[in-house]
Amino acid sequence: MEEISALFHGFSVIMTPMNMLLMFVGIILGVLIGVLPGLGGANGVAILLPLTFTMSPTSAIIMLSCIYWGALFGGAITSILFNIPGEPWSVATTFDGYPMAQNGRAGEALTAAFTSSFVGAFVAVVMITFLAPLVAKFALKFGPPEYFAVYLLTFCSFVGMGKGSPFKILASMALGFALAAVGMDTVTGQLRLTFGSTELMRGFDFLIAVIGLFGIGEILISMEEGLAFSGKSAKIDVKVVFQTWKKLPKYWATSIRSSLIGIWMGITPGGATPASFMSYGIAKKMSRDGSKFGTGQMEGVVAPETAAHAAGTSALLPMLALGIPGSPTAAVLLGGLLIWGLQPGPLLFVEQKDFVWGLIASMYLGNIVGLIVVLTTVPLFASILRIPFSIIAPVIIVICAIGAYTVHNAMLDVWFMLGFGVIGYIFKKLDYPLAPLVLALVLGDKAEDSFRQAMLVSQGELSIMWANPLVGSITTLAFVLLLWPIISKVLALVMPKREAQFPTERPVD
Amino acid sequence: MNPSDTSHSAGESVVSTITIEIVVAVALTIFGVVVAYTSYQLGAGWTSDGPGAGYFPFYVGLLICIAGIGVMVQTILNKDNKDDAFVDREQLRRVLSVLIPALVYVGAVQIFGLYVASAVYIALFMVILGKYTWLKSSVISLAVIVLFFLMFEVWFKVPLYKGSINLLGFLGY
Repeated sequence: MEEISALFHGFSVIMTPMNMLLMFVGIILGVLIGVLPGLGGANGVAILLPLTFTMSPTSAIIMLSCIYWGALFGGAITSILFNIPGEPWSVATTFDGYPMAQNGRAGEALTAAFTSSFVGAFVAVVMITFLAPLVAKFALKFGPPEYFAVYLLTFCSFVGMGKGSPFKILASMALGFALAAVGMDTVTGQLRLTFGSTELMRGFDFLIAVIGLFGIGEILISMEEGLAFSGKSAKIDVKVVFQTWKKLPKYWATSIRSSLIGIWMGITPGGATPASFMSYGIAKKMSRDGSKFGTGQMEGVVAPETAAHAAGTSALLPMLALGIPGSPTAAVLLGGLLIWGLQPGPLLFVEQKDFVWGLIASMYLGNIVGLIVVLTTVPLFASILRIPFSIIAPVIIVICAIGAYTVHNAMLDVWFMLGFGVIGYIFKKLDYPLAPLVLALVLGDKAEDSFRQAMLVSQGELSIMWANPLVGSITTLAFVLLLWPIISKVLALVMPKREAQFPTERPVD
Repeated sequence: MNPSDTSHSAGESVVSTITIEIVVAVALTIFGVVVAYTSYQLGAGWTSDGPGAGYFPFYVGLLICIAGIGVMVQTILNKDNKDDAFVDREQLRRVLSVLIPALVYVGAVQIFGLYVASAVYIALFMVILGKYTWLKSSVISLAVIVLFFLMFEVWFKVPLYKGSINLLGFLGY
């Protein structure tokens, strides 16, 4: 049980007063971000990243990951009390959470949401504790072809697993790749796609894209709907909490199923949002009270929240073990690692034990702290939503501008941020997914590098992608996923009405 | 989120979803062609030491073209939501009422620096769009900016943009 002792070492690393304080600050900032429209996990962490430049990497990652947990918790508050999902992954929580609040059971709904978030995250962290070191050990054997195959798998699974038009996913992803290519080519030193502009030589930083797409874009969307917050008020007292906790064990099957869905969708870059929808849908099908879903069933809150939190947490596994983030927020954290001078990837587990296990230990503690903080401070955060939008909107735009500027101390980035905001607004309205764009922007250069290295090794023979069983099976799997929309249609023709019931059980790993 | 879900009871449609859908698809395709063409000029083939600088972007450009054309074909074939509004007049007005001031604001940041421009921006936004009194708006915007100043310049030592006309030079930061 090497992992257990490593984990306890991790706890000893983070148990300093300063780190505990940062943890609380992170959770509170995170919940705040989760509650405010226009600020979410990804861009919230991106904006606050510069604040951590002077900290030690361990303290920095503790604060930033706690912001992320806080944001995951915070999204539920607005969904349940105001019927406005603060985060995309809490849309499914509104289906039953808001009706519960309307029936005067807001306290119960919130407690159920927070507790199941905690459960989902906890299961995922346990999984990370034992699986991540194994994956990292395995990945130490990877060469460039294997890495390129994994990148390929990541991107193909977006197209294969994503909802909506595959062409739109492809467009969003390829746009990310194109933006990633702008600037100096790392291998030949040639300038690419700069169109003679010296400012463009730096390329596009994905943090700018994240702040613009998710921040400004979200503000424009909220503004269009002409937000008038009219929420239910909520008080959570100890009695309600314990009453709810007594009822929750009844839904153990839903919790486990949702955790597994979440973990699966988090490790593959499906993300928290589809995980929550999928989990809600399956719970509705499987539950005895399925027909009552949507009228305020507690199970309908438990399912999406557990899955969203499990997915949000397990998205950190590929980020830690392989250096390949599973979600935009994990991508931002990955960007943080690079800035603090750490090289993400399997070597992290060998060379930076303090950092890795400190982070994993902080996931355990952070979620417990988070649960306590949100249960005690809901009224406070609910009252923040009563601040009129005409105060919040300009402040958030200012925060986004500050965040964009501090990434490289460049004003041009602030203009780009606005541009990305408009793109984000249009893309969101037309159902183009944004996550593939961000991940392609982050991973584009790396995927290209590993491809070119692989080609150098093989003297330009593409057959290196099938040179050994490992790389061959990953590559083949990637193509299966890429063509999944077509394959699933064919399958549906051959075997009518059998698949798609349990997408988690797709034989892909 | 389906654009057709958003309520558009108020005001008439300015532009239909299908139009924007096609405009975006065409823009993507053009962008793809530009990317592929410039990459081709850079050298999209194999050089003596492996793929050239333009090799990867060239195919990315092609992918964008394929995706753009794919979206276009899908949009034209799918005739269900032909009359859906992308934005109606009221929505467009609301969006522009945030977007245009934001553009002016970033321009002001360029000249006067982040702190001064932000303070004025928040105050004006509150007065004009929120219908607050000048006093209340100024107090709130000043409080927010002072908080940011303390947080960035003093506590975390992250200097923000001071602009080409630094009105806050007397503070010594």
